[in-house]
This record gives sequence, structure tokens and C-alpha cells, in this order.
Amino acid sequence: MSRPLLVVENLRVSLDAGKTQVRAVDGVSFSIDPHETFALLGESGCGKSMTALSLMRLLPEAGHIESGRISLDGQDLLGLPEIAMRSVRGKRIAMIFQEPMTSLNPVMTIGQQIAETLHRHTDLRGEAAQRRVLELLDAVGIPAPQARYHDYPFQFSGGMKQRVMIAIALACEPDLLIADEPTTALDVTIQAQVLELLRRLQRERGMAVMLISHDLAVVSEMAQRVAVMYAGEIVEMAGREEFFANPQHPYTRKLFASLPGAARRGQQLEIIRGSVPPLDQEFSGCRFAGRCDFAWQKCSDEVPAWSKVTSGHQVRCHLLESPEHAACEAVATLSSPVVRPEVRADQPLLEVTDLKVHFPIHKGLFKRVAGHVRAVDGVSLAIHSGRTLALVGESGCGKTTVGKSILQLIRPTVGSVRFAGDELTQLKGAALRARRADFQIVFQDPYSSLDPRMRVADIIEEGMVALGAAVSSVDRQNSMNSLLQQVGLSPDSKYRYPHEFSGGQRQRIAIARALAVKPQLIVCDEPTSALDVSVQAQILNLLKGLQDELGLAYLFITHNLAVVEYFAHEVAVMYLGRIVERGTVEEVMQSPRHPYTRALLSAVPVVEGDARREIIRLAGDLPSPANPPSGCHFHPRCPQAMAACRQNYPAVVGFSITHSASCYLYSEK
Amino acid sequence: MLFNPVFLWTDMLLWLLLVSVAFYIWRVRQREHLLQPWRRLLRSRSGVASAVVLLAFVAVGVFDSLHFRLPLEKQGNGAETHYSPEVLSVFDLMVGPLRKQVEKTYSAPFAVQLYTKETIELPGGKQVRDYPRLKYGGAHLREPVREQAGDIAVTALQGGVYAFFLCGGLTVALALWLARRRGISPGEAWTMIRHGRDEIPWRTLLTTIGLLILFGCLATVFSAKYHIFGTDKVGQDVFYLSLKSIRTGLMIGTLTTLVMLPFALLLGIMAGYFRGWVDDVIQYTYTTLSSIPGVLLIAAAVLILQVYMDNNQELFDTVAARADLRLLFLCVILGITSWTGLCRLLRGETLKVREMEFIQAATAFGVGHFRIIARHILPNVMHIVLISIVLDFSALVLAEAVLSYVGVGVDPSMQSWGNMINGARLEMAREPMVWWSLLAAFVFMFVLVLSANLFSDRVRDAFDPRVR
Repeated sequence: MSRPLLVVENLRVSLDAGKTQVRAVDGVSFSIDPHETFALLGESGCGKSMTALSLMRLLPEAGHIESGRISLDGQDLLGLPEIAMRSVRGKRIAMIFQEPMTSLNPVMTIGQQIAETLHRHTDLRGEAAQRRVLELLDAVGIPAPQARYHDYPFQFSGGMKQRVMIAIALACEPDLLIADEPTTALDVTIQAQVLELLRRLQRERGMAVMLISHDLAVVSEMAQRVAVMYAGEIVEMAGREEFFANPQHPYTRKLFASLPGAARRGQQLEIIRGSVPPLDQEFSGCRFAGRCDFAWQKCSDEVPAWSKVTSGHQVRCHLLESPEHAACEAVATLSSPVVRPEVRADQPLLEVTDLKVHFPIHKGLFKRVAGHVRAVDGVSLAIHSGRTLALVGESGCGKTTVGKSILQLIRPTVGSVRFAGDELTQLKGAALRARRADFQIVFQDPYSSLDPRMRVADIIEEGMVALGAAVSSVDRQNSMNSLLQQVGLSPDSKYRYPHEFSGGQRQRIAIARALAVKPQLIVCDEPTSALDVSVQAQILNLLKGLQDELGLAYLFITHNLAVVEYFAHEVAVMYLGRIVERGTVEEVMQSPRHPYTRALLSAVPVVEGDARREIIRLAGDLPSPANPPSGCHFHPRCPQAMAACRQNYPAVVGFSITHSASCYLYSEK
Repeated sequence: MLFNPVFLWTDMLLWLLLVSVAFYIWRVRQREHLLQPWRRLLRSRSGVASAVVLLAFVAVGVFDSLHFRLPLEKQGNGAETHYSPEVLSVFDLMVGPLRKQVEKTYSAPFAVQLYTKETIELPGGKQVRDYPRLKYGGAHLREPVREQAGDIAVTALQGGVYAFFLCGGLTVALALWLARRRGISPGEAWTMIRHGRDEIPWRTLLTTIGLLILFGCLATVFSAKYHIFGTDKVGQDVFYLSLKSIRTGLMIGTLTTLVMLPFALLLGIMAGYFRGWVDDVIQYTYTTLSSIPGVLLIAAAVLILQVYMDNNQELFDTVAARADLRLLFLCVILGITSWTGLCRLLRGETLKVREMEFIQAATAFGVGHFRIIARHILPNVMHIVLISIVLDFSALVLAEAVLSYVGVGVDPSMQSWGNMINGARLEMAREPMVWWSLLAAFVFMFVLVLSANLFSDRVRDAFDPRVR
């Protein structure tokens, strides 16, 4: 075995947080071999980004490396003076960040930005440098590099920007590429493109990649070796196959169990109780002990040392030293599947027909309307009480606008929204306000959806007061207490402010706020996509429990197909303002008909399955809804496009009572 | 009746302001998230020091805003009590003789003689041309040339001793209070204060208060015997004038804000929240207003008012009431010309806040526009309001000086730093120069504006969410 490229030993990083020191990274050791992809897996706040930044010695001002050794090819990086370190950064270790929107300088052309790195680290100048930049742009798959050399970042889409970032990182052929959540901000189809690109480049150039991710599926697709981080330390390290086949640490196992998916339909998802302990303390035992189902006395008394499972698979857990404690394992897990009654009233609760939302584009001095952004362009759907309809699509396809226009937060341009027989688009003023208690919304970001300057009690009370749900103040207090208990918070929490809660708890408050007015329909706009996997499981369990208990209908807007498989009854797939396929969850997920649905499903990374499945790669990006392609909107990216597709938009073709798609592939039959 | 209270417009507005500040403090004390930035402010050393200095200024201004008229001596039995036309304030009573010790004309700081030679008649009937002795300044000295240095040293020592005892008492009181509050021994409390180990910088606080006390004591003991900043053209004590000017400066700085706030808040939030034509109208209004030179508007408005007041003399029963109306009017017109900046800021912030999801959630509950503005938008833009109020304060104090210098500021009968500078302007050219009015106005204004600026810097750091 060759000598490792990078060795990190006992790295400790602390952050100054006022009076206390937060040990963001606490004794992390690992090594990366040349040509290897090493994945650092963990939830937010576990210290994985801090580890990466300390490799580059780019820690934020408050952070500093307490102790440890980082050596790259035998060279001690922590001992280097800053000036020497600058020639390491970019040349030997390069980094890609999560957010491609903010990591490029908006006032420089992308050609200049790539050339800047070359200028710093190589002797290439002028013509030669430009040729090299074009080579790089070509290598990362940017079409027509010559033409795009002088373009500015705003002229690129998110996925393209991330490619440019990769080109900058690759400019000097680094030995190690650190990719910090490189695809988290991207859509699934784009994510598939970027991951494929990273794999190809690694194969071609033989560099080592350190991948930082919270996504088990992405890690499973990319990594050769995996390390799991929890609360500042690595708790498990193994080769990919071994890791996914036989995870050992209770935390890792919990992470796997909390993943939603088709296999877990109708069951409760596993949750990890409690939350990550604050890192400003000295740990006397296992960090996970407080949340672990197997913890016993020893776990809180003694810090677990590394135990070897097989060669190359190590776990920091006392369980492996004394396996008798694992006996109680089966007790806590599997709960029986909840059998849900199939309520299907004949009359749908919500019926949307041919909904269109067009935003005018104003131009010129007198703000003349120069065109329309067709955010939603003829959407029809229906939801019955007690059912969940998932609206799936990539960002920018108009799914959030559908949700908001159903709630009349955005007034639809054309179309009808019938809720329990009432035409909502016709209602105005007080009449609409009176109806608002029946349909509510839960937003994606629990940080911006709660007013930071109001107490939880005021937040929940607001709707009740506005809609007159409970008349007297005592009534309101009582129902507030029971609501908070219903969503799993203690009634005392109503006197606190939102900033005192974690993301998951805030989302619970947002759900309690929506429930306060006793709605029949809740529009859930990506309610879990800002949350960690284990917290996502909690929220999904909660939503499911509420549906069983109260018979709520959900319009579940999401891009996460695993959640859809687990949670929804029916699915509608949206592309560029229109629904391209709809059906029950089994129909759409197991036998997708529309090429877009197929591509979307194949692009989703999966944890299980070693066999490389066929990814249908979509060319290009989502077109602009201001100027949709003629004919079928999907034809420029469709691998099966025909001549007819360019002419007219295809009609809806039914496959069963519930399953239908808009595609010419099926219209002949 | 012992006295006849006089309610000037500006006084009432100042008290209204104080009441609303008290209400704000009461509200803040109940809400943890509002309290936090103020705590942060209290933990910074320059914040604490400048706050103490500002409070001292405010205290002078507040005492100077309780006005009344004293009764004249009774002319006979049963006659109605007549009150003096001169309006006094509580502060005038506190500084006592300073107001009445009027010399004939200019005299230098700590001087015992006038600044100009006069013909003096000697007891023998002979006439000499010499610098006459002052009526009050150094009047207790028999042979000023020989005694003055010694007298000044003794007086300074006396003031120092007073200050020392006052500071000592204060320190002990603080240590005892802290000890009781934190449940530690007074000795420990003292070490904590001395080494600055607490979150609140007590050492800085004590030093600043100590310095203020020292200056206060020195000024008190000296001004009983001398004119420490000299006298002006009509013989008034310059130190007294400078102190009286504090109120004018504070009034301009605070009342203007009071006038400006409703415009800026209402229009700024409306423009940002409703957008559309409302936004267009408000934007055009403030763009137009801010493109007219402010001085021009102010000069025009003040001159119009002056004409009105001259034509309607009977409306004002005292000179003070007249001067006060002009001050109020100046505040109003300054406010009208200066709301645009804050309005623009608020519009921008409202545009941002209204897109936040909690506003949409409120809309989904059918909460009305007015309630959304009052409950969600206003609290979320309040930090900007607070920051710009303190930042504007010092600019307004300086603006008053400039406007009075130009002649469109406060009434000439009203003491203000601008008027002092204006009065000293011509005397700068004479030989020997009369420099003390200018210097006194400069020192006072400098200290006030500097501490206001330091304070506003700290306020911005504490409240600006981006700085954290």
C-alpha cells in the first residue's frame, strides 16, 4: 500500500464564543491515500467543515488550531509560514464550496477568475494561460468555452457556476480536492451531473478527493472510504462496502434508520431523541451516550477508544468491547406499521383547475409590460381529505407558486381553486379571511417563518385571534398548551422566543401555528429540506401522526423523492409550470412514464444497491419560464424527443384512472 | 403663590419624549430579546463612558426645562400678585449667582480686571485711565497680583478634596451594592471592580463619573469667585451661557427627531409595504425634497415665521415664549428637511422584511395590513430607527451652530452655542483677541458631539445584526 497523501493526527480546533471555547473539532485523526475518495459524513454542526478549513488553514477569525498535526506528503502544513501556505492552497490542495452563488466574484469574468489561479501558481501567461483556461472549461463540461470565457458569473446557472468552481479548483492539478457539500445547493438532475463530473475528473487525473457531505446517498455513490463525525469527533471509519453493509456505531445505524423511503411506508421513522450536546464542555464519556438506546453506565463514565471490527473498519463505541449489551437492541426499534384507513370521499377537498400565475415583466421608462414569466401555466390537481398529494419538481419549476396561489397569497391570473365547494379566487376581503382558517401553510425555512421578535405564545395566538378560533383568553391558553403538546413541545416553551429553539423545534412551532386555526388542508412547502436527516424523520413522523389523528390533507411540495415515496399517496411531477405526470405514488415511482420523471428518478442517489444503475443524464438546465421552449417544454433536454415534440404541447394520456402523463411517446397508442 | 409655572412648547415636548423613553425602557425590561443589545452596549467601555457624559448633559438640559416666573415684590396690600417678565428655570436657581454676576463688558477667564481700559475716578478726584477691577470676578482679593496664584491653588485644592470625598463615597457605595447583589464580600467586589473582571466595565464607569465630579467640583468652587470662562460683550458669564446652551442643543437634537420620525416611519414603511403607486408617490416626494438645498428651505421658513411673530407681538407674553416658538419651528423645519434619509432606509428594509415568510404566514391567517405593519414590520425595522436617531443627533447639534451663525437659527435672545460663536466672530479680529467665547462653545459642543458619536457607534455595533 502506498504512503498516504494526507495525514491528520489528533486535530483539535476551538472557536471563541464569548466567554467559552467551543471545541468544534476534538481529536480527529484520519489519512487519505492518493487517488482515493474519502468522505466525511455528519449532520450540521458536527465539525466537518471546520476540519476541512483547518486543512487549508483558512479558519474563521474566532477559530484556531489548538493541537494536532497535518502533513501533506510528509510536509507539515501547520508548521509552514503563511507565505509558503499560500503556494499550497490552490496548487496542492484545492477546495470547492457549497454555495456556488457566493464563491465566485460577481464583477470578474469567469475566464479571469480561473486565470487568476494560474497566474498565482504557474508560469503560464497570456495566450498560454488562456488556452489552459479553455481546456479546463472544456474539461468540466461547459459548452462553447471560447464563447463563455468572457461571461460573468450571473450569466451562468447554479450548476454551471459549480462547474466553474471546479475548474478553478482543478486549474493547478492539485493532489487533493476538498469538496465541501458540493451539490447540496443544486437540484437532483444537476447534482447527478456534477457528481459524475467529479468522478470522471478524479479517474482521469488521479487526485485524491475529500468529500464532505451530510447526504448518505451521495456518500454512497462517491466514496471509497467513509468517516462519520459526531459532535467534533470521528465515531466510525470504514471502507464503503463495509460501511453500508454493516454499520456499527449506534449513531450511524440510527442515521440509516431515519432515512425515509418506499420500504418504510406506513411505519414510523426511527428518530434520534434529544439533540447534539453543546461542545463547550469537557466530555467524560461517549458523546452520544445521552441519545443512545444502548447506553449504560460505562458509556457516561469512560470515553470509548477505537475498536476494530475488521481491518479498516473502526468504531468508537463500548458496545463492541462488551457485545452482551447489544442484546436489548430489537426492543427499541421496529414499531408495527400503522394501518391507515383509506378515506376517500367522492368530493375532493381541494380542486384546482387550469391554474395559471403569470408575473408581468416591466421594461423601460414607463414600465410597459414586455412579457410574462409563466411561473404556473395550467396546473390542475385535486386532493381528498386525509390524503397527501406530493408536488415534485426542481427549483424554479413553479411548485411553490402553486402552493401560494392555492392559499391566495399570490392571486392566480386565471383558473379556479375550489375548496370544499367554494371558489377561492372569487372570494375577497372579509369572506376570504373567514375561509382562511381552513387552509394553512408550513414554510421551508423555520428561521425566517417565525417572527424573531415575538414570543411563541404570540406567534401561535396570532392566527387564533385573527380568525376568531378561540374566543376567550383562557380558551386560547388551553388550546395553545394542547397544541404544543401535540407537536411534541412542552407548554412552558410558549414564553420563549424562536431563537432559543433548534431548527426542528422551530418547525414544530410553525406546525403548531398552522394547526391553531384547525385547518383541513396544510400546504407544506419543503418543510424538511432545511433540516438534518434525523430531525427530518421527527417532523415527518409528526406530520404523519397528525394526518392520522385529524384527517388533514397535505399538499406536500418537495424535491426530495425519498420523502415522497415514504410519505405521499399521490404524486404530481411538475416541469416548467406544468404537471407532466401524475398518479398514485406506486404508479409514478415504480413505473414512471414521462421521460422527465424517469430522469428525475434515476438521478436520485441511492444508499443501497452496489450495481451502478443507469442514470439518464439530462443535458442543460431548466429553461427560463419567461421564454419556455415551443411545443413540449421538456423537448430540448429530452433523450427521446421526436419531431412532434417541437410543435405542440402534448395532450394528457391516461394509463389508469389515476395515472396520466403528457407525452407524445404514448399518444399514438 | 410662590411661583407661576411656565409651560413652553419645547418643554412639554421634551417631557413627552422622556415619558416615551421611560415607557420604552419599561417595555424593554420585560422582553429578553430587546434587552440583549442594550446589555451588549453596557459591556463596552466606550459605550458606558459616553453614556455617562451624555447623561450629565441631559440632566442639565432637563433641569433647564422646568420653567417658572417668580412674583414681583408686592406693591401694596390686596393687590394682585404680579410676576416678573423674566422666565427662570430650576437650573438657573441651581447655579445661583452665576446668572446675576454680570460685569460691564469683556473680561478674560480668571481675570480680576476688565479687558478694556476705562477712565477711573480715584477717591481724591483725580482721574486715571486703567483697567478697572471687576465687580464680582476676584472681588475678594485685596492685592490681586500677589494673592491670586495662591488663592487659585487653595481653591483648586478645596475642589479636589470635595471631589475626592464624593468619588470615594461613590466607589464604596458601588462596591457595597455590587457585593449585596452578587452575594460576595465588599472586598471581593472591590477587586472585581479594580481588575475589571465583571461583564460591565465598572472601572471605566467610575473613572468617567470621577472625572465629571472633579470637573464639577472645580467649576463650582471657582465660579463662586471667578468667571472661569470670562465674560462676554455685555458682561454675562460665558460659563453660564455655555451651560444654558446645552438645553438648546439637546432640544434641536431630540425634538427634530421627534418631528421627523412620524414622517419617516409612516411613509418609509408604507412605501416598502404597499409598493405600487404608493411607493412611487412617496419616492418622488422624497427625491424632490432632498434635491432642494436644506439651508434654503430653512432660511425661508424661519424668515416667514419671524415676520409673523413681528406682526403678532401680542401673542407672546414673554420673550422666552417668543424665542421658544422659534426654536420649535426650527426643529420642525429641520425635521421636515431631514426625514428623507431615514425614510429611504426604512423603505429598503421593509421591502426585505415584507418578503419574509412570517409575513406571508400572517397573511395566510387573514391578519390585516395595519396589524401586520404594527406587529411584524415595525418591530423588525426598529433597530434601524434607533441607530439613525443617535447618529443624527450629533449632526443636528452641529447644524444648529451653523444655522445660528448664518443668522437663521434660534432667536438671538436664546443662549446657544451657535449664537455664542456668532457673537465671538467679530471679536476674533480685534487685538488683543477675545477668544474665550469661541473656545467655551467649542469645548462644550465637542464633548457633547464626541460622546454622542461614540455612543452611536456602540449602538450601531450592538443593534446591527450584520456586525455580530
